[in-house]
Amino acid sequence: MILELLFSGLVNGAIYALIALGFMIIYSATGVINFAQGEFVMVGAMLTAWLAGRGWPLLLVLPLALAGATLTGILTERFTIRPAREASPLTLIIITIGVSILLKGVAMLLWGKEPLPASPFWAGPPLSFFKAALPRQGLLVLGTSALVFVVVAAFFRYTLWGKAMRACAYNRFGARILGINLSGLTCLAFGISAALSGLAGTVIAPLVFASYDMGTMLGLKGFSAAVFGGLGSAGGALLGGFILGILEALAAGYLSSAYKDAIAFILLLVVLFLRPEGLLSPEKMEKL
Amino acid sequence: MRNWLAIFLGGLLFLWGSLGQAKKPYRIGALFSVTGPTSFIGDPEKKTLEMLVEEVNRAGGINGHPVEAIIYDTQGEETLTVQKFMRLVTQDRVLAVIGPSRTGTSLAVAPLAERYRVPLISCAAGIRIVEPVRPYVFKVAQSDRLAVKKIYGYLKAHGLTRVGILTVSNGFGQSGRQELKRLAPQYGITIVADELFGPKDTDMKPQLIRIRKAKAQAVICWGTNPGPAIVARNMRELGMTQKLIMSHGVASRRFIELAGKAAEGIILPAGKLIVAHELPDTDPQKPLLLSYIKRYKARYGVEPSSFGGHAYDAFLLLKKALAQAGADRKAIRDALENMKGVRGIHGIFNMSPQDHNGLSEREAFVLVEIRGGDFHLLKE
Amino acid sequence: MLREYLKLGALALLVLAAFLGLHNEYLFNVLTMVGLQVLVVIGLSLLMGYAGQVSLGHAAFYGLGAYVSAILSVRYGVSPLWGLLGAQGLTLLLAFLVGLPTLRLRGHYLALATLGLGVIVEIFFKEAVGLTGGPSGLVGIPPFTVGSLAFLSFHQTFLLTWSLVLLALVVSLHLIHSPWGRALLALHDSEPALRSLGYSIHRLKMGVFLFSVALATLAGSLYAHFVTFISPYSFTFLHSIEFVTMVVVGGIASLWGAVTGAVFLALLPELLTRFEDYEVAIFGIILIMVMIYSPEGLIAGLEKRIWPYVRSWFTGIPFYGSGPKRSER
Repeated sequence: MILELLFSGLVNGAIYALIALGFMIIYSATGVINFAQGEFVMVGAMLTAWLAGRGWPLLLVLPLALAGATLTGILTERFTIRPAREASPLTLIIITIGVSILLKGVAMLLWGKEPLPASPFWAGPPLSFFKAALPRQGLLVLGTSALVFVVVAAFFRYTLWGKAMRACAYNRFGARILGINLSGLTCLAFGISAALSGLAGTVIAPLVFASYDMGTMLGLKGFSAAVFGGLGSAGGALLGGFILGILEALAAGYLSSAYKDAIAFILLLVVLFLRPEGLLSPEKMEKL
Repeated sequence: MRNWLAIFLGGLLFLWGSLGQAKKPYRIGALFSVTGPTSFIGDPEKKTLEMLVEEVNRAGGINGHPVEAIIYDTQGEETLTVQKFMRLVTQDRVLAVIGPSRTGTSLAVAPLAERYRVPLISCAAGIRIVEPVRPYVFKVAQSDRLAVKKIYGYLKAHGLTRVGILTVSNGFGQSGRQELKRLAPQYGITIVADELFGPKDTDMKPQLIRIRKAKAQAVICWGTNPGPAIVARNMRELGMTQKLIMSHGVASRRFIELAGKAAEGIILPAGKLIVAHELPDTDPQKPLLLSYIKRYKARYGVEPSSFGGHAYDAFLLLKKALAQAGADRKAIRDALENMKGVRGIHGIFNMSPQDHNGLSEREAFVLVEIRGGDFHLLKE
Repeated sequence: MLREYLKLGALALLVLAAFLGLHNEYLFNVLTMVGLQVLVVIGLSLLMGYAGQVSLGHAAFYGLGAYVSAILSVRYGVSPLWGLLGAQGLTLLLAFLVGLPTLRLRGHYLALATLGLGVIVEIFFKEAVGLTGGPSGLVGIPPFTVGSLAFLSFHQTFLLTWSLVLLALVVSLHLIHSPWGRALLALHDSEPALRSLGYSIHRLKMGVFLFSVALATLAGSLYAHFVTFISPYSFTFLHSIEFVTMVVVGGIASLWGAVTGAVFLALLPELLTRFEDYEVAIFGIILIMVMIYSPEGLIAGLEKRIWPYVRSWFTGIPFYGSGPKRSER
């Protein structure tokens, strides 16, 4: 039992981690908390379910869905964040709320209000491991996310753009003085972030189906995971996501399923009260 | 002089008579959740009502009075529903109101229907709408209690007494959970696990693992799409072979599309509409069901859902009441309360001062099984 | 301050004229609901514009007001007025506990904490079935009464609501124009200066936060007694977002702007209903457009662009020529 619960928690955790990573990347580059993050997940899931539903081969569907989500992110930056880049963070946050409402509205018009089905990428009976049943699609989710985390880590550590982004997270003004192209960086951040969230949407479409309003709760939970781990740290986002997923599964399995959804937000409050800089963030908060 | 007066009065009478030819329309109101998260309920209701009103007017109206229906969208939200209800009653001055679509929105306007003495025919299932009875509030949808009785009857007949229940935490799931727990002892059934899931939850495996651990022989899942489809798939993923029973909340082909192969073998109670073709010819509702399906399909190109049937029944009752009572709210209410033997889509209505729903367990639901990607009537 | 009182007087006259002149229960119902939202938005506007803090959980405080009032009167037979006070006590305590650690920090930590609290409260409304009635709601809430005075029709609730709106505005305007309020405005500019003047920033912020929570709770309590039915779906995260949007569209540092924003956004869906399914998307576009092209708020933006022209026509008339401009405040 514990093994199956843990596995279920890990799979959900991987998805939260992908979304949390998306929050963290945009926050690092721009200081904006992007409330449309959940809608990027929805776009990925919707495109996957819709294209696959029209009988397109998986090898074509996956890149297209990812490209669609990435494009959504880039367009969001170009048409809503960039024209208002001199505005206060609060204004930018409200703009992302507007984007989230808009994306939801457009998705509803394009794909209707009913959830769309998608079949598992890797069909077949669950694999058995120490008498515990491990669903194949779950293994696929874990494998993909592990791969993506390695790629993202490498990007931040070894590429120029990745280093620029880290510099920007540390000190935005200083980074500008050093000649870092903030405008391009912001665009890149939205692209990568939306791609990661779109990937999360793509891999969960067969597990949970796709509907126009699926993004809100996923976004909020991913956000809680990001804050839990410390908004400025990639490792923190990962850790936050996985801790959240596993805690939810264990709570639903051993305590009560009624309050399972509250766990993400209880974690959020606890970390804000006890260690507001997040679990893994090195910087100390400034007290008044 | 007197002659002139006589001619004048005669002329007035003549005018009065000729005016009577084009009788004043009966104006009725409707509140449906056409958009928002419960649009899957309100949208077919609105379409059905529009179709019926058009048909009635084409056939010359009710006793010569054309029917005018004013339909407002509630988005399934209580504050908005109250506003629209106020508008219907105090501004549009309708004779009666059909809807709202959801139990919550119905409960929100029920006190106002009493205050303004306007007959309200709700299309929602919640039993609290008509229990305790309020003079002006009626409902046409089957109560969840009837569905639970159907399921428990089946389980008892098959000797499955240990069940795990898995209900969604919204109004529909809450009402189902209450009835499941309340009626279990009467049928000698033990609920060994009582689990919940959120309407937007993405993974129900932890709850299912608990149910399996409690050694349940059958799982009853109570919810609306997409949750129950995820439950069906999760059970396959965990290799669980217990009998899975769903509620009438998923009695639509969309559920089979979502759950795919995992839907095979699932049993659920449903209104007769989805298996109309398989009903025996002796069934008194069969001709009406087939005719509704045909008319709806001809007009909208898709099959009607069971929700549209609620609007059908509500309008059917109201039409009869208007024919008997004319344009008087109190008289319409009295007529509704005394409706007997009205054959509707979801049963045969026998209203009484004690029962403002008027449906019986026998006609309201049938048990259906999903086989070969479609619903089939389960022989009892 | 004279100008503010003139505006207040005009609003009071408008309310009185509507009360005496209109005989449309539907309109009074709509205006009552708008008034309740205006109450919430007045408090939130003070919090955002003057204390520089955001709350993403005001719908939860609104909902707590409604639920505590409803539960006290339905389950324990407490009279509405005492129920209302009970609701105030409980939510203010909760708000204090949330504000205590987060308001000490620089940055938008209150926003994050209220977001978390809001969702937890929403889940609690749904899951604590025995207490709250669960997702299908709580029925049979008695109408609002004070002694033998009962507020039954929407005609009456309209007058009560808007009287409270006027009262809240008077209090808020006095706060803004008091040394306390000026100190708050200064928060944005220089905190050390404020501290040297002997103001405790933490305490000031807390005061404004609690005041805004009290208004939201009050509006919630009234909502429960006016509609006599409540369910968790009226107090979700999206409603919190809607309140913030009202403040921002109206103009953050302007109380009157926020009031206009609340009225505008509350009536907007009414105007958009004919677009049916397009409504959501159009709402999103309007929000984005306002934020990009007029981040100081729709009202202030219009004022800035149109007011100078109007003003130039009226030069020479004593009242319009004098007094400080909004931007100078």
